[in-house]
Amino acid sequence: MSTAPTITTRVPARESTRESARAGDSAKIAVRDLDFFYGKTQALHRVSLEIPARIVMAFIGPSGCGKSTFLRTLNRMNDVIPGTRVAGEVMMDGVDIYKPGTDVVELRRKVGMVFQKSNPFPKTIFDNVAYGLRINQLTGTKAELEERVEQALKDAALWNEVKDRLKTSALSLSGGQQQRLCIARALAIRPEVVLMDEPASALDPVATHKIEELIVELKKQYTIVIVTHNMQQAARVSDTTAFFLLGKLIEVNSTEKMFTNPNEKLTEDYITGRFG
Amino acid sequence: MTSLTALCTVAAVGILLVILVYIAIQGVGALSLNFLLNDPRPVGEGGGIRNAILGSLMLLLLASAIGLPFGIMVGIYLSEFGSGRFGSLVRFLVDTLTGIPSIVTGVFVYTIVVVPSKHFSGLAGGIALALIMIPIVARTTEEMIKLVPHSLREGALALGAPQWRVTLGVVVPAAASGIATGAMLAIARISGETAPLLFTAFGSRFFSYYLDQPIASLTVQIYNYAISPYDEWHAQAWAATLVLMTLILSINIVVRFLTRKRF
Repeated sequence: MSTAPTITTRVPARESTRESARAGDSAKIAVRDLDFFYGKTQALHRVSLEIPARIVMAFIGPSGCGKSTFLRTLNRMNDVIPGTRVAGEVMMDGVDIYKPGTDVVELRRKVGMVFQKSNPFPKTIFDNVAYGLRINQLTGTKAELEERVEQALKDAALWNEVKDRLKTSALSLSGGQQQRLCIARALAIRPEVVLMDEPASALDPVATHKIEELIVELKKQYTIVIVTHNMQQAARVSDTTAFFLLGKLIEVNSTEKMFTNPNEKLTEDYITGRFG
Repeated sequence: MTSLTALCTVAAVGILLVILVYIAIQGVGALSLNFLLNDPRPVGEGGGIRNAILGSLMLLLLASAIGLPFGIMVGIYLSEFGSGRFGSLVRFLVDTLTGIPSIVTGVFVYTIVVVPSKHFSGLAGGIALALIMIPIVARTTEEMIKLVPHSLREGALALGAPQWRVTLGVVVPAAASGIATGAMLAIARISGETAPLLFTAFGSRFFSYYLDQPIASLTVQIYNYAISPYDEWHAQAWAATLVLMTLILSINIVVRFLTRKRF
């Protein structure tokens, strides 16, 4: 099992990551021996994983393997589920996010999240994107707010489609647009890490393609962790892939290696469709 | 199956229509501008229900001012934080409260407000009506907030919103039209209440807007006129009923308009 993934070069932007990876302790997120429990059921077993900055890491594995649970431990989203318990440590920039006294609000500002089902608020398009900016008081003037909203929508490749109807309801957008709006909403507060929980699973191929293009684009600025059921998607967008099975991390490897010549037999069986 | 359910539906709507039409036919005779703009007079001299309309509106306003914030707060508590044992207890008590006969509420308020203050008052009437509203509003608010998808809360939490801002800024607005419907139902319910007002607001034949004095209301006036032996007052009772129903209908329409789905 490799916990320090080597990174292949397919896109020029990754070159810098590789260098910083060599430079030393570059892992944006370093997880050590993470156990997670829903009540008495253990969902994750001693997961250790490092996620370098500014790459796309994909989590794959069959349903119920713990990949979403693991993703949600990275911004402590599981805290809101009653009866859950965490053991082990999750270091973000060298600080354990589970240590007592951690400001969860601050953490979630640094670690944005996009959910499986798009969840725009029943507000206008503008207010959706502005929500995070407003509650965190990140902008001073109205002009600044408008500028940040516009930038976020541009980053999410949605600006051209909605610039003339920012004051209309977000729920009037199509499914794909809603999901990109949710991405814009997450990007507006300029997080460092963006977690995506099957962001395209409810979308048609065209909308999926747009989201995937977007993910590759976003990698220049953000560290992205994406959970996906779609192995082609993982192969298309990610630099590194982690394979989960029954709450255990089986293998982490560069995506290319993972899909051509994985180290573990279980990974190969899963990828070639022998189970799952 | 379809025909049976359709039959029942038609019957239920039909009965409602018959009631409405019957009241309209009976009430329209005594209805006039003078009837709306005059206070009660002795039998044979006409008179109207101006004081009762004003009294009813004031009682509704007072009851809503007390009952709606209270009920909505309880509803928010139950839905957002009421998953434990205390929540279940509160839920049970609220349900029990919903079932308390309104006359009992009236007598209760008589004991704790009217007796110590030594006279009937609009305030006591408003409190009695508010007590009836609170459980209705609390439970509908809770149910409506529970309908808000969990994904919305998570979306807001993931943006770094603290719990209270998620509740007030995202969840409650998302449930606003449902909460308003519940509030409306509660208002419609109490605007038809007579029993809790008999011991509290008491009723009055004079124009008065002082809440520390007995105050008239449409329902009590309808009751008093309906049990009187005079045909003229019977006709006025029908007309007042028509006015009351129009009032409730208008409240419904206005609230629906204000809370229509904009998103």
